[in-house]
Amino acid sequence: MKYQFTIRYTIVLAAILFLCACKEQRKLPVYGLRDTKTVKNSDGTRSVDTVYQTIPAFKLLNQDSTYITNDNFKGKIYVADFFFTSCTSICPIMHRNMKNIFDKFRDNPEVMFLSHTIDFKYDTPSVLKKYAQKLGVDGPKWQFAYGLKDTVYGLATKSYLVSVEQDGTDKQGYVHQGYLVLIDKDRRIRGAYDGTNADQVAQLEKDIPVLLEEKQ
Amino acid sequence: MAGIFYSCQTAESVQRDAYYVNGRDLYIQHCQNCHGEKGEGLGELTPPLTDSIFMKANKSQLACIIKNGFSTPLTIHGKVYEGKMPDFNMADIDIAQLIVYITNGFGHKQGMYTNEQVAKDLKDCK
Repeated sequence: MKYQFTIRYTIVLAAILFLCACKEQRKLPVYGLRDTKTVKNSDGTRSVDTVYQTIPAFKLLNQDSTYITNDNFKGKIYVADFFFTSCTSICPIMHRNMKNIFDKFRDNPEVMFLSHTIDFKYDTPSVLKKYAQKLGVDGPKWQFAYGLKDTVYGLATKSYLVSVEQDGTDKQGYVHQGYLVLIDKDRRIRGAYDGTNADQVAQLEKDIPVLLEEKQ
Repeated sequence: MAGIFYSCQTAESVQRDAYYVNGRDLYIQHCQNCHGEKGEGLGELTPPLTDSIFMKANKSQLACIIKNGFSTPLTIHGKVYEGKMPDFNMADIDIAQLIVYITNGFGHKQGMYTNEQVAKDLKDCK
């Protein structure tokens, strides 16, 4: 009888240990520059807090010619990238991969997508609208943003840390990196994945649920 | 007699296979981004290469399309594609290899296509 109890305890103990091990959660890193600030605690003491780099306030036109701002992404995580519609090198493969992710999280209202065009001459909202329709993703979940050159290029290089530039020597006129940048609910950069690389895109797909699980 | 016939067939199929393999490399390098790994296209932006009837009916146009690009609207599998395809300035042999790949892959089986046929097609480009 006593022996039976021991076995039972062992099983229960093993189960608890097992569950604890499962609780160990993966956390995504926070990218970008960091700063510190001194904060006053409620008990009067002072301590140092980290200030993370965040996506600044923006106001851009979307494919429906209406303005979108950070408020459209409030309480959501989103995947951002930079492209242009007439690009035939890396953009189609980036958007093919991004569309697969879009389809996987189609029913999750907390996940959004934001593609910025870097072709400020040609990619007007109506061109973006047509592009979105043809890609089969036209709707509020995937926003296509158009803005002035300085605004969009500034956002790309300073905030999303994606290199973009106009290049007269390039056949298509623009060169840019194909990163899909994952932004959390506090507007911080939590991941950057090469949108042309199947392995990294698969990693993005795994990281989105991890970020969604994270407590605010 | 049968032996000669057999060996002839093999020589031709060896050449076709070589074109097919080289054509696949060219496809991955130049075409796959838009047309997809399996020739499935991309939404309504890029047409698929899987319409056998279209590929057969327009075979003599393929070289021109690859070399000079294409911007007239196309109807494939009942969907209209009006995007612009860029031009790819390739040598005739590369175009021939690419054509062998795209007309024998993706469920097609149209056999060999030679450099001479490509040169002839390119003369008659619209």
